[in-house]
Amino acid sequence: MTILIIQILNSFFYAAVLFLIASGLSLIYGVMRIVNLAHGTLYALGAYVSAWIVGSALGHAFNSTLGLFGLLLLLPIGAFAIAAVGAFVEPTLLRPLYSRPEEYHLLVTFGLLMILDDVMKLLFGGTPLSAGSIMDSVGSIRIAGLLYPLYNFFVIIIGLVAAVGLWWFIYRTKFGIILRATSQDRRMASALGLNVSRIYIQAFAIGCFMAGLGGAVVVPAQAAVLGMGIDALILAFVVVVIGGLGSLEGALVGALIVSLVRTAGIQFFPEIELAVLYLIAAVVLLVRPTGLFGRA
Amino acid sequence: MKEKEAAAGASLWRLVAAAVLILAALAVLPRFVDPYQTVLLTYGLIMAIAALGFNLLLGYTALLSFGHSAYFGAGAYAVAFMMRDLGVQSMEVFIIGGMLGTLAIAALFGFVCVRHTRIFFGILTLALSQVLWSLAFKFFWFSGGTDGIRVGYANLNLLAGLIDFKGPGSYQRFVFSYYYYILALFALATVIMWVIVHSPFGKALQAIRDNETRARFVGISVRRYRWIAFMISGVFTGLAGILWVPLNGLTTPDILYWPFSGEIVFMTVLGGFRTFAGPIVGAVAFNYLKTYAVASTEYWQLLLGAVLVALIMLLPAGIVGTAARLWSKLARRA
Repeated sequence: MTILIIQILNSFFYAAVLFLIASGLSLIYGVMRIVNLAHGTLYALGAYVSAWIVGSALGHAFNSTLGLFGLLLLLPIGAFAIAAVGAFVEPTLLRPLYSRPEEYHLLVTFGLLMILDDVMKLLFGGTPLSAGSIMDSVGSIRIAGLLYPLYNFFVIIIGLVAAVGLWWFIYRTKFGIILRATSQDRRMASALGLNVSRIYIQAFAIGCFMAGLGGAVVVPAQAAVLGMGIDALILAFVVVVIGGLGSLEGALVGALIVSLVRTAGIQFFPEIELAVLYLIAAVVLLVRPTGLFGRA
Repeated sequence: MKEKEAAAGASLWRLVAAAVLILAALAVLPRFVDPYQTVLLTYGLIMAIAALGFNLLLGYTALLSFGHSAYFGAGAYAVAFMMRDLGVQSMEVFIIGGMLGTLAIAALFGFVCVRHTRIFFGILTLALSQVLWSLAFKFFWFSGGTDGIRVGYANLNLLAGLIDFKGPGSYQRFVFSYYYYILALFALATVIMWVIVHSPFGKALQAIRDNETRARFVGISVRRYRWIAFMISGVFTGLAGILWVPLNGLTTPDILYWPFSGEIVFMTVLGGFRTFAGPIVGAVAFNYLKTYAVASTEYWQLLLGAVLVALIMLLPAGIVGTAARLWSKLARRA
C-alpha cells in the first residue's frame, strides 16, 4: 500500500515534468505547425543551465546569503535562457523555411538538435551536472515509514501551476486570443493587422520556455546528463500523440497516462515498458489520428 | 514520336556509358589507394543502398520516414542472430534471410504507417522504430543490450563458400574481396531501383506524390502503392544493414535509435532527394564527412549539424540537384 502511494506520487512527478516539455512542443506545433525535433535538447539545455547556475552560486558561497529560497529562485534562469535561445532560433533558422514543405522544418530542427547537443558538451563537459543540494535541503517527509523527498511535491505543484497558468494565458488573455487566431488562420490574422512574425517569435519562445522550465525543475532531482534530451523528446512525442498535437488538455492527460503506464511498467513489465508506450502511441495514431483531445 | 524515342534511347545509352565508366573507376580504385580508403568507400556504398531505398519514399512518394533505422537495424540484427544462434556462415544465406526478416517488419510497420501522410507518417515511423530499439535495448539476454552482438568476419564466407577468411592475412583479404562483393551488390541494387522508379509502378508513385487526388481518380489505389513502396524501401535499407554488420563487426542498439534514422535523412538531403543519383552521392559524401569530422574534432555533431542547417538554408536541392542546375545553366549559355 505504501509502495503504491509512493509510486503514484512518483508518476505525478514524472507527469509534471513531461507536461512541461510536451505542452511546449504542443504549443509550438499548434501555433506554427512545426514539430520541433530539438525540443528535448532544449529541455536538456535548460537542465544544464539551471544546474550550472545553482552550482556556481553554491561554489561562490552564496549559500548562506541566498538560502534555500534564493536557490529555488535561481532555477528558472535556465528556463529564461532557453526562451532566449528560442527567440533567437525562430527568426534565424525557421522563418526562412515557412514557405517550404514541412520536411525541411523537421530537418532544420534535427540539425539544431545536433548543434545544441554538442554545444552542451562544449559548455558543460561530459560529466553529469546536478543541483542535488536543493533537493537535500528541501528535506523529506515520512509516508507510512518511508522517506519521500518533499521536493517532488514542489515539482508536482509547479506542473499544476503551469497547467493552470497556460490555460488561463491561452483562453483568458488577449494575447491568448491572438495566439489562437493566428494558429487558426495565419493569413487572416495578418490581414487583420496582427504582427504575425512577432507572434511566432513569442509563441516559439514560450514553447521553449516550457521545455527549459521542465529541465530546470527536474535537475535537483536528477542530474543533467548528455543524451537526456533525445530520450525526453520521444516521450514528449508519445504524450502529444496520445493527447493530440496542439492541444493543451491533451498534453496534460497524455502526460498523466504516459507517466502512469511508465511507473506501472517499471514495476510490473520492465522489459517492455518503453515498447508499450510507443505501441500505445502507434495505436492512438491509428484509431484516432488527432489524439484524444486534438481537432483535425 | 520516333524522334522522341530515339532521343530517349540516346540518353539511355549515355547513362549506361556513364554508369559503366563510374563502375570501372570504382573497380580499379583499391589498386591505387590504401586499404583504409577501401574500407571507407565500402561503408559509403553500403549506406548508398540504404539511402536509395529511403529515397523511394521521400523523393518518389513524398513520405518522410523518420524510422528507417528500424529496417537497417532489423537487417543487421537478423544477421547477428543467424550467425550466433543458427551458426550460419554464408553471406548469401544472410542476405536472403535478413531480407525476408526485414520484409516482414517493413510489411507490418508499413501497413500501419501508410494510413497517414506528412507529419503523422513521420511520427508513426519514428514511434515504431523506437519499439524495436527499446526491445533490443531491454532484452539484453537475447540481444546483448548495449554491448550488442559480435559478427566476426572470420566466420563469414562469400559466394557459397568459394571465398572464406581463415588463416593469416585474412583481414586484408576480407577488405579486398568484400569491397568487390559490395560493389557488385551496389550496382545491382542501383539498377533494380532505377528500373523500379522508371516502371509504371514508379510513375504511379510519382503521380501520387504530385497529386494524390488526381492519382486516385485515375484509378491508382494510393494506399496499396504506398505500402508496396514502403516495403521495397525497407528491404533496400535492410540489405544495407545486412551488408554493414560484417564490416562493422558488431551490431548495437545505436543503429536502431532514431538519430540514426536522422542520419539516413541527412545523407539523402545532402545528395538531393529530387534526383535519382542524389542519395548515392549524398551517402558516400556523408560517410567521408562524418569520418573526417569525427577524426578531427570532438564536436563533430556540431559540425555536421551546422552543415545540415547551412545545406537546408542555402542548397536545398543538395549536391546533385545543385550541380545539375549549374550544368544546365552552363549548357544553355554555351
